[in-house]
Amino acid sequence: MKSFTYVITDEVGIHARPAGVLAKEAKVLDSKVFLEANGKKAEATRLLAVMGMGVKKGTEITVTVEGGDEETAAEKLEAFFKANL
Amino acid sequence: MERYTGKSIVKGIAIGRILFYSKGENPVERGKVEDCAAEIERYEAAKEQAAKELDRLYQKALKEVGEVNAAVFEVHAMMLEDEDFNDSVRNIINSQQVNAEYAVSATGDNFSRMFSEMEDDYFQARAADVIDISERLVSVLEGKERSGYLGEEPVIVVAHDLAPSETVQMDKEKLLAFVTEYGSANSHTAILARTMNIPALIGVPIQKEWNGKLAIVDGYSGTLYLEPGEKILKLMRVKMEEDEKSAELLQQLKGKESVTKDGRKVHLYANIGSVSDMVSVFSNDAEGIGLFRSEFLYLEKEDYPSEEELFQAYKSVAEMMAGKKVIIRTLDIGADKQVGYFHMEKEENPAMGYRAIRLCLDRPEVFKTQLRAVFRASVFGNVSVMYPMIISVDEVRKIKELVEEVKKELRAEGIAYKDVEQGIMIETPAAALISDLLASEVDFFSVGTNDLIQYTLAIDRQNARLDAHYDAHHPAVLRLLRMVVENGHKGGCWVGICGELGADTSLTEEFLRMGVDELSVSPSRVLSVRKEIRRTDLSVLKTDENV
Repeated sequence: MKSFTYVITDEVGIHARPAGVLAKEAKVLDSKVFLEANGKKAEATRLLAVMGMGVKKGTEITVTVEGGDEETAAEKLEAFFKANL
Repeated sequence: MERYTGKSIVKGIAIGRILFYSKGENPVERGKVEDCAAEIERYEAAKEQAAKELDRLYQKALKEVGEVNAAVFEVHAMMLEDEDFNDSVRNIINSQQVNAEYAVSATGDNFSRMFSEMEDDYFQARAADVIDISERLVSVLEGKERSGYLGEEPVIVVAHDLAPSETVQMDKEKLLAFVTEYGSANSHTAILARTMNIPALIGVPIQKEWNGKLAIVDGYSGTLYLEPGEKILKLMRVKMEEDEKSAELLQQLKGKESVTKDGRKVHLYANIGSVSDMVSVFSNDAEGIGLFRSEFLYLEKEDYPSEEELFQAYKSVAEMMAGKKVIIRTLDIGADKQVGYFHMEKEENPAMGYRAIRLCLDRPEVFKTQLRAVFRASVFGNVSVMYPMIISVDEVRKIKELVEEVKKELRAEGIAYKDVEQGIMIETPAAALISDLLASEVDFFSVGTNDLIQYTLAIDRQNARLDAHYDAHHPAVLRLLRMVVENGHKGGCWVGICGELGADTSLTEEFLRMGVDELSVSPSRVLSVRKEIRRTDLSVLKTDENV
C-alpha cells in the first residue's frame, strides 16, 4: 500500500470537474484508490461520494493506493492533485 | 403596479413580458414491475440516451456560451456514470420491484439531499445538478422532450428554480432576464446570466399568474416591477439607454487616457457617496475619487459613527484605489441633509444656514473624529481631504489648527499617518472672489458648482418653479470659475470641478481652455466625459463669446 497527503489549494475545494476527472483516472488503474479527509473516506472512482466529502480549500487529504500498480499509480495521482487541485 | 425585491445577481435593466417557466410538475408515479431485469435494461437504455443528450448540450453550450458554462454538462455526464447512483437505481428496482422512473427519482432525491444538507454554498448548489440528471433520465424514460422554447418575443424568464440544462436550452436571443425564487449566486443560472450579461434576481417569491404580464427587472436595486406605471417605465428606459451607451463607450475607451488631441492630460475622477459605489467606479474606469462624500456614514446611523467606522470606510476605498487619488470631503450636513441625533434647530433658510464647515468648526469634537479617521487612513493609499462651504481665510486657518492638533495627538499615540493634500470646495461666491487669498492656504480647489450656481444666481435649487431660471451656463458662473482657476494656479493650487456641471460635455472644452486640471463626475458619466476630452483640440484657436 502506498499513501501520500496533499493540502487542497483550489479555491472551491474538490469540486465537480476535477472530481469527475479523478474518477475517470482512478477507474483505469488496477489499484483501488481511497481519499480520506474530515473523518470521511470515499473511493476515488465514486464521484458523488467524493463530492459528498465536501473537501474545501486548505484541507489536508490522505490518498491511499493499493494494488498491483500502486507505485506508478500513486505517482500519477500525486501529480494529478498538484496540477488540478 | 406591484414591486418585489430580491437579491441581484447580475446588474442591468430589462423590460418585457414575463414567461413563467414551469417544469410541468407531474410527480413520478410508483408502479410495480414483474420483470426487474427488463426494467434495469430500460434504465440502461435511458442512461445511454441521456448521455447522448448531454453531449449534444455540451457542444451547443460550448458554441453559444463558452467553456465555463458548458462544463456543467461534462460534469453531468460524469455524474450519470457514478457507481453509487447507478447501484442505488438498480437496487431500488430489484428490491422494491418498482418502475425505473420511480427508482431514478428516489435516488435523485436522496443524493440531492446529501448535497443540500452540506454547509458549503458550492456543494449545496450541486443538489440542483443531481436533480437535473434524475429529471433528464425520467423524461427519457417517459418519452418526453425537454425543450427550451420561449416563444417568438424576447421574455423575462421567471421560475421557481431553473436547472442548468433548462437555461442552456433556452434561445439566448429571446432571453431578457432571469428571476427565480430559489437558486444561489453560485448556481449555473447565475453564471450564465453573468456570461450573457443579462440582469438576474433570486429570492423573489414567484407566482405563476404573472405569466404574460409586463415587467421591469432592475438588477441595480434587485427590484421586479410588475405591470409598471408610465413614470417608472420612462425612468428605466432612460437608465437602459445610459447602460447601452456606457457599455459602448467602455469598449472604446476603457484603459485609454483622458487626454486632448493636442496632448493636455486631464484627471478624470469619480464622485462617490459610499463604499458600495466602488463597483461602478471600476466598471467605468475612473482614474481616482475626486469627491468622497462622507455624509452617508452619518445619515444611515442612529448615533454618531465612531472614529473606527469612519476609518474603516476611508481605508477600504483608499486600498481599493491602490495608490490612485482619493479625496475625502469632510461632513457636509445640514441644509437638505438632516440627521436626527445632531439635534439641529429648524431654520428658515437652511441652504444658507448652520451646515458643513460652520457646524464642524462649532463642534470640533465631531470634526476631529473625522479628521483622525482621514489621517489614519492616509497610510493605506493616496488620500487627500477637502473642506466644504468655505467663505473666509479665517475658517481655513482654524481648520488647519485643528488638523495640527489631530496630527500631534496621533504622533503622541504612536499612530502612523501621512501628510495629506488639503483642499477646499469653492462653492460660495465669497470663496470664488477671494480665491487669490485662499490659494496660498491650501493645496487645491474643487469647485462645487451646484451650490455655486444657486448662491450666485440666488436661485433655490429645491424649488421646481425656479427651474427655468436656473441657468448653469450663466456667464456669471463661468466668470467665477475662470477666476478661481486663474487665482488657484497663481497661488500654486491645482483646480478641479466636482459639481454636476463638471459632467456637462457641452462645457468640457471651455473648462479645459480655462485650465481646469481635474473633473470629478458621477461614475456613469466618466466615459462620456473622457470621450469629449479625447476629441477636444485646444490648439485650434477659438474666440471667447461669453466670458
